[in-house]
Amino acid sequence: MKRYLPLFTTIAFITLLALGIWSGEMPVVWQKAVTVCLSCIGIG
Amino acid sequence: MQRLRRKSQYIFTLLANAYWLFPWKSPIYQGPLKKICFPGLNCHSCPAATMSCPLGAFQNLLATLRPSLQMGQLHIGAYVLGSLGLIGSVAGRMPCGWICPFGLLQEWLFLLPAPKFSFWRPLRIGPYIFLIVFVVLLPLFVVDSSGYGSVWFCKYVCPAGTLEAGIPLLSMDQGLRGAAGWLFTYKFVILILLLIWCTLTSRPFCRAICPLGAIYGFFNRVSWLQLRFHPDRCVQCEACLTACPTDVSFYNGLDDLNSAACIRCLRCYNICPANAVSLEFGPVREDIGKAVNTIEN
Repeated sequence: MKRYLPLFTTIAFITLLALGIWSGEMPVVWQKAVTVCLSCIGIG
Repeated sequence: MQRLRRKSQYIFTLLANAYWLFPWKSPIYQGPLKKICFPGLNCHSCPAATMSCPLGAFQNLLATLRPSLQMGQLHIGAYVLGSLGLIGSVAGRMPCGWICPFGLLQEWLFLLPAPKFSFWRPLRIGPYIFLIVFVVLLPLFVVDSSGYGSVWFCKYVCPAGTLEAGIPLLSMDQGLRGAAGWLFTYKFVILILLLIWCTLTSRPFCRAICPLGAIYGFFNRVSWLQLRFHPDRCVQCEACLTACPTDVSFYNGLDDLNSAACIRCLRCYNICPANAVSLEFGPVREDIGKAVNTIEN
């Protein structure tokens, strides 16, 4: 069983990635990344 | 192979920071590439950054989980975790050694002439604490009256944000400089202390703080890429331990060669005079990790 762990892990995370794209997380990630994060730079 | 690794670090650092129009156009890149999470630690508020920081993106999704649920959207960070997990399942923690710009910076700083100190091993728990507390729990549960949380790791810990985004943006924008207060001073002190630590100890941020490394570390034992130790060939010369930037001591059974601390830089593989370390790609062998136990027994 341990032998196939990489395969199971890859399939599980491809599924998770697809779920994230399907649920519309990509535009949210983009929206946050294209504005200056004041917390990250130590302002607010 | 180490020359190839260094080239890979340079290329990925340049690719992650390839937007050099910021002095004339927008202060940060706003194109479609920012939908993609960069596999290393690189602040997406850096003026030159072309991709998203996975840690920042994940915290943002968790911090806005309640409002997004109220709007009927399930944004639990699946896209970010899926991206990281996919890379981790193939190569484990290899991005730390081959891609991460902050890893490259730490390696440069460690080359500076300064007294060198070994890393205190109990601090290896640090990345897991930062991951669970600062990246997951605090953004998820400490929320304002509207249900919005904050990016705790970015705000109170991340030195990459201060170095790559804070300093350049504040130096270019007088308004931001005027707004800088105690938080920026605090983060600047953290950055300076860390940079000093990097000159004294090998990769201290990766080993004591980095939550991204902690995530990738979970995959080291289950990734397609595996390192394998052959104790019957080992001549106990300790060349691997001397070369290892994270002090993974596998030749004497103290650590597993595929432990979460290994950043897969492959220096041990390159330096071993007896070829006691091999590289395998494919299904995990049933006896992987048992070589170390053989020595212990």
